[in-house]
Order: sequence, then structure tokens, then C-alpha cells
Amino acid sequence: MASEATQTVDSSTLWGGGRSPFSVSYGKMMMWFFLVSDALTFSGLLVAYGYARHAYTSAWPIGEEVFYSLPGLSGHYPLIYVALMTFILIISSVTMVLAVEAGHRKDDKAVIKWLAWTIVGGFFFLGSQAWEWSHFIHGTPGYITTQDNAKYWLTNEIPHGKTAADVADFGLVANVGTDNETTITGKAALDLYENKAMHVQGANLTINEYGPPQYGNFFFFITGFHGFHVFSGVVINIIIFIQVLKGVYRRRGHYEMVEKTGLYWHFVDLVWVFVFTFFYLI
Amino acid sequence: MERDDLIVNDSYSLNNTHTDEQGVTIRKKIIKVTVLLSVITAIEVGLGVFIKQGTTMWPVVKWSFIVMTLIKAFYIVAVFMHLGDERKSLRYVILVPYVLFIIYLLFIGITDSNYVNDIWLRFKP
Repeated sequence: MASEATQTVDSSTLWGGGRSPFSVSYGKMMMWFFLVSDALTFSGLLVAYGYARHAYTSAWPIGEEVFYSLPGLSGHYPLIYVALMTFILIISSVTMVLAVEAGHRKDDKAVIKWLAWTIVGGFFFLGSQAWEWSHFIHGTPGYITTQDNAKYWLTNEIPHGKTAADVADFGLVANVGTDNETTITGKAALDLYENKAMHVQGANLTINEYGPPQYGNFFFFITGFHGFHVFSGVVINIIIFIQVLKGVYRRRGHYEMVEKTGLYWHFVDLVWVFVFTFFYLI
Repeated sequence: MERDDLIVNDSYSLNNTHTDEQGVTIRKKIIKVTVLLSVITAIEVGLGVFIKQGTTMWPVVKWSFIVMTLIKAFYIVAVFMHLGDERKSLRYVILVPYVLFIIYLLFIGITDSNYVNDIWLRFKP
């Protein structure tokens, strides 16, 4: 058992006064302080989202009505895909905490195994988010507005490079969501389409088919900022993984670097728990 | 009062090691928390799918979402991030400034968005 007098701690991790006020190393405490500041950034974003969501409740889209698709399937599966993403991130957080635990036992092999799974989970999450973004941007067949601001939803997708006339059974649905919902087909529908003010399909930074422009902006910024955190987390995990493979921490005598990257990775999971609730569920 | 600003034996976090037997207990705890987090997420999705916004049950569901999220956050921070195993002083240094700021921010956000919502409903075209 090492004590203060006999133990040699390398000078880069030792506090200036030679002792730690919180019984943690300098690096670990700075990681916590960074996470607090990062948590404040995300809180700011989510509170801003909540502000817009609450202030314009009746115009704001509902998560389960926007996100209901699964890759390769055409049915209606509200929230299932996001739940899957959440689950992937939780599991990768679990493999990370197992890597930290293995580090405390100085068990090289287990650290390598669990870190590898964490990296795989991170890539899965990033891939899922790429699909989610692509789906959100491309959207449904969309709707058109006329010069007098009436809104008609398209029944069929117009393929890229084609026009409405090329689409068999082209139709428009009027008064969506009310009792006198009617479908217009044939020439009447084509005429309406030709004289449209605009065709809104999917989402970009100025307009989207789901709701107010801010909705798309918040989606891109919040999930994008979180996705960037996941990406940098994966990169950091890979760097640490290589260090473990090279035996750097075995020689150093402790695996605290795994613990510190673990903190960051868990934080990314923590943020997603809140994004999941406040962006998708409520 | 016990001083916690001195390094006593093994209190430095670099010495944070445990034996194989302790590892077994820790892993059991991790598995328990994993199951809990997964079950809560499944309940959230189930409620989100089956109870529509705007129904009479919705406010209850909404608040249960928030409570369940906080429970999940608690377990991630306390167990996965090991904040529960840190010294009290470190826990407070991290949590108190954050919580105070969030309460303040939420207060401003909710108050003002209520007001804007009121005005918007009254004057919207």
C-alpha cells in the first residue's frame, strides 16, 4: 500500500501544492469542470428549444408524428428508431464503464475488449444519426402552397428530375387533419401543382415541412452539436485505445486516462438522454 | 469536522484500484443500472407511442417523462461517472453551481415563454 510519503506520482499529474483538495488528480477535476461548462451549453440550447416549443405550442410539430420511419421499412413506427439510437448509446456507455472497471483491476485485455466495443457503439450511433438527418432532410412527398395560401399534401413522391405529370396517380390532399379531408386527382391536381406558390419537401435551414423554421434549425443544431460531441468522443476513444494497445498505461501504473475519457463518453450519453426526452418525447 | 483536503493512504484518485472480488460486485451494480436504464427507456417509448399529446392523460405522462429522465441522469452520473464515489466536496463543487444556474434559466424560460404564448394566442391571425 502506497502512502503519501513513499508514493511517487509523476509531476504532470501532481497538484502544485503536492496534494489534492478533492482527492482527485488535477486532470480528472479539470475534466469535470469542462463537463460542467459543456453541460451549461447544452442546457442553454435545450432551454432555448423549450422556450420556442412552449411559446408556440399550437404550431409546433410533435416528435412522434415527425420521426416514425425505420430504414428499409415503409410502415408507421413512431419513436422506435430514436429509441434504438438511445439504446445503442446507453449500451456503449455500459461497455465504457466496464472498460474503466477493468482498468482499476489493471486488466489489459478486458480494457481493450470493452473499449473496442465502445468505439463500435459510437460508430453505430453516428451512422444512425446520419440516416436520421438524411431522412429528415429528404422528408415525405411534401406539400404545396397556392397563391392564396391554401395547403395541399402530395400523395406520391415526384422522383428527382421528373415533374408531376410523369407520376401515375398523382394526387393532392386538401384540408388535412380536418373533417372534410378530400383527395384531388387527375387534371385538377396537376393544374394546382403547376400554379403552386412553392413545393415544400423535407427540411433545410430556412423552411421545413414539419413545422416552423425554428423547428428544423433546432433539430440541426442540437442533434448536430451532440453528434459532433459523439464524433470527437469516438476519436478520443480511438486514441486511448491505441495507447492501451501500446501498453502506455500499463507502464504508467494506472489507467486514469481511460477513466477521464470515460467521463466524457458518459456525458455524451447523459446529454442524449435529455435530448431524447425534450426533443422527441415532449 | 473531518478534514478532506489531505492525502491519506490511497486517497489519491490515481490509486483508485480494486481487486477481482470487488470487481465482481461493481460489475453486478453496472448490470443492474443497465437494466434499469433500458427499462425506463422502454417505458418512455411505450408511453410516447400510446398516449397522444393533448389528451387528459398527457400532463401526467409529460411530468413522468421528466421524472424518469432525471432518474436516468442520476444513475448515469452517480454510477457510470462515479460521482457517487467521489468526496462530498467535489460533488458539491460540480453540482451546486450547475443546479443553481439551471433553476434560474428554467425560471426565465418558462415565465417568458408563457407570456409570449399568451400574446401569440391572443393576436395570431
